[in-house]
Amino acid sequence: MAEISESSDKKGKKKGAKKLATHIDMTPMVDLGFLLITFFMLTITLSKPQTMEISMPSKENNDDKKTAIKASKAMTIILGQKDRVFYYFGTREKEVDPVPVKTDYSPEGIRKVLLAKNDSVVKAIKGLRKQLSDQKITQDTFKSKSRIVKNSRNAPIVLIKALDESTFKNFVDILDEMQICSIGRFAIVDITQYDKDLIKTIDN
Amino acid sequence: MTAMCDVAFLLLTFFILTAKFASQDPVTISIPTSISEIKIPEVDICKIIISKDGKVFFGIDNQEKRDQLIRKMGEKYKIKFSDKQIKKFSVLDIWGTPMQLMPKYLDLSNEQRFKPENIIGIPCDSTNNELAFWLQFAREVNPKMKIAIKGDQQTQYPVLKKVLGTLQDRNENRFNLITGLEANPLDDATVTKK
Repeated sequence: MAEISESSDKKGKKKGAKKLATHIDMTPMVDLGFLLITFFMLTITLSKPQTMEISMPSKENNDDKKTAIKASKAMTIILGQKDRVFYYFGTREKEVDPVPVKTDYSPEGIRKVLLAKNDSVVKAIKGLRKQLSDQKITQDTFKSKSRIVKNSRNAPIVLIKALDESTFKNFVDILDEMQICSIGRFAIVDITQYDKDLIKTIDN
Repeated sequence: MTAMCDVAFLLLTFFILTAKFASQDPVTISIPTSISEIKIPEVDICKIIISKDGKVFFGIDNQEKRDQLIRKMGEKYKIKFSDKQIKKFSVLDIWGTPMQLMPKYLDLSNEQRFKPENIIGIPCDSTNNELAFWLQFAREVNPKMKIAIKGDQQTQYPVLKKVLGTLQDRNENRFNLITGLEANPLDDATVTKK
């Protein structure tokens, strides 16, 4: 497509030295350039997706590693259908059932409860984060310290149980709440018939 | 004209250099969001996709590893794959076909593979758990592999439970859930507002 146009026009410089003006038509090249740009723009993924790390307890040596947890520190969260969440504190004690409460995934819902329950840890983490932003501590010390705080004895233990009707979004949301509310000790547990019966009264 | 051309090619260079092609998933997945900021690694990754209707897909990176993987799976299920089929398999990013149908699936053309009737999902029931073998052999060909689960928002929990159960049975207790990014509501900016 490149055309070499000799200056054949007779009006112009007749007397001047015959210059061979080379002129390349760049339009097709630019067209191709933009076509490729469009192609790359449409196909690339600029932002990599994030991941959330979780570790589950191993199934094998579960029995000897089973840790008895204090009922006063335990909190059970049940993921229900249609984005419903139920929670109760402690366990069945002296023939008295714990009272489950119905809530949702909004900031005013389960998060408020978790933050209240985990108050001391949240405050400690906040203090650490402030120290980090003031550059009093390094990122590494922040990490190790916050891990210690999160796993301290006074921190609550959250048991997450999902009903079959709940979705993956609910599951991720609740794990996310664990992270937001700085809860270090939580476990994903299979739901029991007892739990199902317990929430049946308020699940409507 | 020259200036525009320059800009165009500069942009082109930029896009070529930053390009990392989005692998096409067999099903559309809308992932849930979380505040987690850990990036997903690019190599040594094993991806498990759970679709909205509960189909499970499996994939690992690296062509050579996939080549080894399908050979091992073929041995296990006593299916003979031709070299052509193995070659075709090694370029698949992610797959969800029961082993019995795998040779047939590999003979299909690229367009046919994305037809709904050919998207079946890997069986992971307790009676026929192919996912467990995929995991086992994938771990054998790549001991450094990390597992990432990508699920749709609407995926029902029982399927997830099956997959998590399979992972636990195989003693894979650390894994990642792929999520989109969401701002932390408790970050300083929002906290001070309150």
